Amino acid sequence: MKYIPSPWAIIIFLVFVIAVFFISYYFAKRTKSSEGYFAAGGNIHWSVNGIAFAGDYLSAASFLGICGLIAVAGYDGFLYSIGYLAGWMVALFVVAEPMKRMGKFTFADALDSKFNSKGIRLVAAISTLIVSMFYLIPQMVGAGSLVTPLLGLPHWAGVLMVGTIVIIIVATAGMASTTYVQFLKGALLIFFTLVLVIVIMTRGFSTAPDQGGAVPYHDFKTIEASSSEESEIMVQDGSYEILEQWTVDQKTGDLVFVKLLERSTGFESIWKLNTKEGYLEETLTMTWTGEGQILYNGGTIDEERFYQVGHMSRINGETNIETGPVGLLSFFSTIKESTIIRWEKQIIFDGEDTIDVYYQNPTPGSEVLRPGLLFKVDSDKGATATDKIDFISLMLALFFGTAALPHILIRYYTVPTPACARKSTIVAIAVIGFFYVLTLFIGLGAMTGGVIDITNNNMSAPLLARSFGIALFAIISAIAFATVLGTVSGLIVASSGAVAHDLMDKFLKIRMSDKGKVFAGKITAIVVGCIAMVLGILFKGMNVSYLVGWAFAVAASANLPAILMILFWKRTTAKGVISSILVGLISSVTLILLSQKTFNEVYHLVNIHAPVQINNPAIISVPLSFLTLVIVSLITRRSKIVNGDAVSNKLKEAEETID
Amino acid sequence: MGHGPATKWDDDKSIPHKIKLGLWMFLSYFILYAGFIVINVVDPKLMGIDIGSLNLAIVYGFSLIIIALILALVYNHQSNKLEKKYKDKQDDEKEYE
Repeated sequence: MKYIPSPWAIIIFLVFVIAVFFISYYFAKRTKSSEGYFAAGGNIHWSVNGIAFAGDYLSAASFLGICGLIAVAGYDGFLYSIGYLAGWMVALFVVAEPMKRMGKFTFADALDSKFNSKGIRLVAAISTLIVSMFYLIPQMVGAGSLVTPLLGLPHWAGVLMVGTIVIIIVATAGMASTTYVQFLKGALLIFFTLVLVIVIMTRGFSTAPDQGGAVPYHDFKTIEASSSEESEIMVQDGSYEILEQWTVDQKTGDLVFVKLLERSTGFESIWKLNTKEGYLEETLTMTWTGEGQILYNGGTIDEERFYQVGHMSRINGETNIETGPVGLLSFFSTIKESTIIRWEKQIIFDGEDTIDVYYQNPTPGSEVLRPGLLFKVDSDKGATATDKIDFISLMLALFFGTAALPHILIRYYTVPTPACARKSTIVAIAVIGFFYVLTLFIGLGAMTGGVIDITNNNMSAPLLARSFGIALFAIISAIAFATVLGTVSGLIVASSGAVAHDLMDKFLKIRMSDKGKVFAGKITAIVVGCIAMVLGILFKGMNVSYLVGWAFAVAASANLPAILMILFWKRTTAKGVISSILVGLISSVTLILLSQKTFNEVYHLVNIHAPVQINNPAIISVPLSFLTLVIVSLITRRSKIVNGDAVSNKLKEAEETID
Repeated sequence: MGHGPATKWDDDKSIPHKIKLGLWMFLSYFILYAGFIVINVVDPKLMGIDIGSLNLAIVYGFSLIIIALILALVYNHQSNKLEKKYKDKQDDEKEYE
């Protein structure tokens, strides 16, 4: 669909950027030491740190991705919210205080606090860089995708703009400016998502949502049709002529589409046969023509023929109804008693043209409010054991990944004491939990409010805001940008610490003064920022949202076993930790690269059976990493003891000779 | 540059007790979370049963978020108590010496 940039969105975003620059300038003068640069001097108040945690953690994937997923798949999108929040319990109960007690600038400090091992520094730094890159790419690509509809700039301009602003934030005052930018973003995000939820509930539901009167509701047409014995479709209305017919085999039954010519206008359109009711339903189409042109419902983007979708066809059995304001409970009970028109996609080929056909799928509200529309878990609906294992694996990755993300862990070093680390985690849980509850209301509000751009569901939250007026749209759009800035800043500080502190200082033992270390950190931040910009431009147009899921799985596999075992198993050895991180990294990345989803969506090998059928590796790679640590630690510890005994025996012999 | 933590805290005798408390609370939350996953995988239709005007999926999902916060506050309260108890003990011992 066509987006018209809002000048107010540009103005509000500029105000935010000016505030960010002011924060960076203010803290740049105060940040001279390495502790100031990498850990904000360790004197951030726990309440500020807690909200900054939220600003760090709630990335574009959380804000735009989850809301968009709920808007098209209902409760299944909310499962991400639950998993992302539950992961904080691992952080609070197990990781927060020890991480602060044992570390200084990076999580490798904590891993290495007992061993003083160069190997641990190296593998922890590599793991930090890989996880951060997996996380950075979708943020940068997301920045580029946001800038076109919201500010009217090309993709590369969005990537360069975000990259440059973030480099300025990090290279001026490191963790100090990053903390306050994240605090500002976290606070704004929570406040305005709450405002959005309040206006959604005040408006209530309607079977003909018209965006508060701003956009007339498009009533999708139907045409009576019949099917001959040879399954040939015939239309009753003489003003249409059938040009083409397609039948697509599916597990749930055949899908039948026809291309109609409207005789009076000469306009061609695709319709889907509703076999139960015996009529044709209007669809939405996006066509890639043989000449390389993209048509939306048969017209160019400027003709604006593509409609925003998502509405209730029935509420409590009635077809023409507005509920008025709804409360917390009646919000859900109304959805439960409704039929919601969701949209599915089917690709068909028409000569040289490839057509994405979006067709209506009326879904009972009760099904929208429980799992199953995105993740296959119900055996009665064809879910296999592999589907179920995949679901368990995803939920485990979300649970164990959070407390192993390097850019989250470094935030524990910005507070003065372990008790403050604990308290800031609790503030984070409160803020992030509240936000995730709100995502369900926003997602379902978009699903039923006639605002979804079915070609880009990530825009559901800003488009829903637009239905309440340009002011809220401008603010939510500006916050979406701020979301990217906050998270990318945290990732770049984490990468900067991994290179300057872990690799250069601890692994390569490059002699640096305190000022020199800050300088190295700043140069690294600039280099990582530039790499992120290049990747953001290179990955344009690719579906990169799954990379965030990868980051969680890789972090859970590579980092968490080492962190937990160092804290709770006294026999852990340095070699055990190194092997565990390496096995976790290699096994998780390999399993991802060989998975069916990667084959289909990254390599575009659609009809090839991939070697790995599960799409999330955590269920295999996390236990493998734990097991490796235990086995290698036991072996290396035993050899240490044996060597130790040999040395003491020689000493005894020597003493006896002297006697 | 020295190796180890940036700040030295008083020798905190409450640490082993807090670790034990944290592990128990982690385990109890994990059981709750695992229960959610198990229902989804074993009997997904159960998630659709009515609980008042809501259903089990909404009630369980929101509970996981709300209970997380409640457990976090309980953990903080208990940790504060433990820290205070051992600090008072330490102060008493110093006074006695």
